[in-house]
Amino acid sequence: MTVMEQRGAYRPAPPPAWQPRTDPAPLLPDAEPYRVLGTETAGKADPGLLRRLYAELVRGRRYNTQATALTKQGRLAVYPSSTGQEACEVAAALALKERDWLFPSYRDTLAVVARGLDPVSALTLLRGDWHTGYDPREHRIAPLCTPLATQLPHAVGLAHAARLKGDDVVALAMVGDGGTSEGDFHEALNFAAVWQAPVVFLVQNNGFAISVPLAKQTAAPSLAHKAVGYGMPGRLVDGNDAVAMHEVLSEAVARAREGGGPTLVEAVTYRMEAHTNADDATRYRPDAEVDAWRDHDPILLLERELTERGLLDDDIRRQAAEDAETMAADLRERMNQDPLLDPMDLFTHVYTEQTSQLREQAAQLRAELEVASEEADASEGRTR
Amino acid sequence: MTTVAAKPATKPATMAQALGRALRDSMAEDPSVHVLGEDVGALGGVFRVTDGLAREFGEDRCTDTPLAEAGILGTAVGMAMYGLRPVVEMQFDAFAYPAFEQLISHVARMRNRTKGAMPMPITVRVPYGGGIGGVEHHSDSSEAYYMATPGLHVVTPATVADAYGLLRASIASDDPVVFLEPKRLYWSKADWNPDAPQSVEPIGRAVVRRSGRSATLITYGPSVPVCLEAAAAPAPRAGTSKWSTCARWCLSTTRRSPRPYDARGVRSSCTSRVASGARAER
Ligand SMILES: Cc1ncc(C[n+]2csc(CCOP(=O)(O)OP(=O)(O)O)c2C)c(N)n1
Ligand SMILES: [Mg+2]
Repeated sequence: MTVMEQRGAYRPAPPPAWQPRTDPAPLLPDAEPYRVLGTETAGKADPGLLRRLYAELVRGRRYNTQATALTKQGRLAVYPSSTGQEACEVAAALALKERDWLFPSYRDTLAVVARGLDPVSALTLLRGDWHTGYDPREHRIAPLCTPLATQLPHAVGLAHAARLKGDDVVALAMVGDGGTSEGDFHEALNFAAVWQAPVVFLVQNNGFAISVPLAKQTAAPSLAHKAVGYGMPGRLVDGNDAVAMHEVLSEAVARAREGGGPTLVEAVTYRMEAHTNADDATRYRPDAEVDAWRDHDPILLLERELTERGLLDDDIRRQAAEDAETMAADLRERMNQDPLLDPMDLFTHVYTEQTSQLREQAAQLRAELEVASEEADASEGRTR
Repeated sequence: MTTVAAKPATKPATMAQALGRALRDSMAEDPSVHVLGEDVGALGGVFRVTDGLAREFGEDRCTDTPLAEAGILGTAVGMAMYGLRPVVEMQFDAFAYPAFEQLISHVARMRNRTKGAMPMPITVRVPYGGGIGGVEHHSDSSEAYYMATPGLHVVTPATVADAYGLLRASIASDDPVVFLEPKRLYWSKADWNPDAPQSVEPIGRAVVRRSGRSATLITYGPSVPVCLEAAAAPAPRAGTSKWSTCARWCLSTTRRSPRPYDARGVRSSCTSRVASGARAER
């Protein structure tokens, strides 16, 4: 129709009919956190998987208590414990294949260890060292990330790159409930959905961002609901139910691998310890609230199921405890050795090739260290 | 330290064209080079620097991203982790600030944090500086923010040939480079040989643009033409002004890269009188 004809009809052409870009219904999370343990479906869970999860959770709990103890001995600068969240941490690691990538936050060294990394390497950053302690490419584990949610776009970019290359690789990125308020969370989910990147976002909603409860963080019906706004499915899961976590994460990973795009998983859990060893949780939450979660402990839930199905005897219990103890003893012993630090490393990796300024600074430091060590020798000589 | 000799004149080209050609040649040479940013696809970027790249290399290699600078640079980090060589375009100087956290906390430090295991060969192109009558937030001279960060190279071209060579070198660098494109020079023209464009020697070398004996002017990027003009100004009668007398015989050194600073190169070319400066709108 020409403009003149339109004018003649005194009626502009109607705009194109509005359509939703995606049907929101299938993206919505369940009304309640998804559970397996303690429900009828639990009986279908593979005994081998249950036992594996049990051993990993027991080991994970022991790892948490040992790492916390190391802060008290001055061997770790800080430790953000995942006690109470072991089901999330372990399930995240087990849901991935070797070629997949894990993007952990500072809270997630247990996931890193459960993926197979040596705990001493995993704890390097929390020891206060300047480097990450492992080669991310070798283990396909990104460096532990401290600036909240900033690792999420990295996961998206990596997964996108892998997909462009035709590689069968999925990235799983971990973030806390507080981190979902950050702009990088939003941008990462948006990019992931637009690019249909093979990424799984795991939000551990442990109730707090240091002292701030979720109610002050968001007015969304749930964190899983946020997925709908980006056009990806949101899953709400009981984060203390290791079997449910393993199932949901494995499904999301498989979906991503098959080209189905990203998923947002909210794990409802609870941070049993203070934010870190440096925090005082009594200032913002009553003990009664913590106690109410003790009966919903991830290890306890799993033990009940195993016992009911006759899959847990004293031998298995003892074996799991002994393995955990061996790991803890080894960790303790190796963390109690002073790491060898070379101050000159400070200048080595800033650029591919050292700049003239760095070379000058390195030479200055070397000279100062030589003088200091000569002085130390001299003073020792005097006292001898 | 290099002394640039005049090249045989060939064709007039703008700095924007030379930059586009550098992107194209880098992408053709290395399939791991990916361009991403706002409006870089069909439109060719608001300054048309990426014109034709999406057509030639496909949208997977030259990608219009969602409008989010932290997301652009953050996903570029992930792409670099997987072995790609991303070139991101920030639409304007002041609109690069949302990506600041990614740049400082991750791009600049990833190599160091991983003891060299995971370098970040990312080039962040930022149109910068004023002089084109732009409105607020389109005329920032933001180099000082980047220069204060170890792990980053910060470079800015002064000539058409520089633009091509420096951008090629930046993309080829295994270190992250903040590549500041002087807006006021985008349409500056020079005779340039697009059939035999030359890359530059490693980033971080100073260049002598004009030789003289009385004084040295040290500057970079869009201030280079200004200083060269000052240096070429005729000397007034001796004794009227020290500055003009100096300018008559000035040797003007360009720091093609504000950071890292080629201290030795600059020092070796210094006369007994030295002035250093750069123009900044905001
Ligand atoms: C960008 C940024 N802002 C602030 C902090 C300081 N900080 C560290 S942890 C934390 C709370 C995070 O809470 P949440 O995301 O729920 O994770 P959780 O610690 O509970 O695992 C804060 C505010 C930070 N690390 N990064
Ligand atoms: Mg939290």
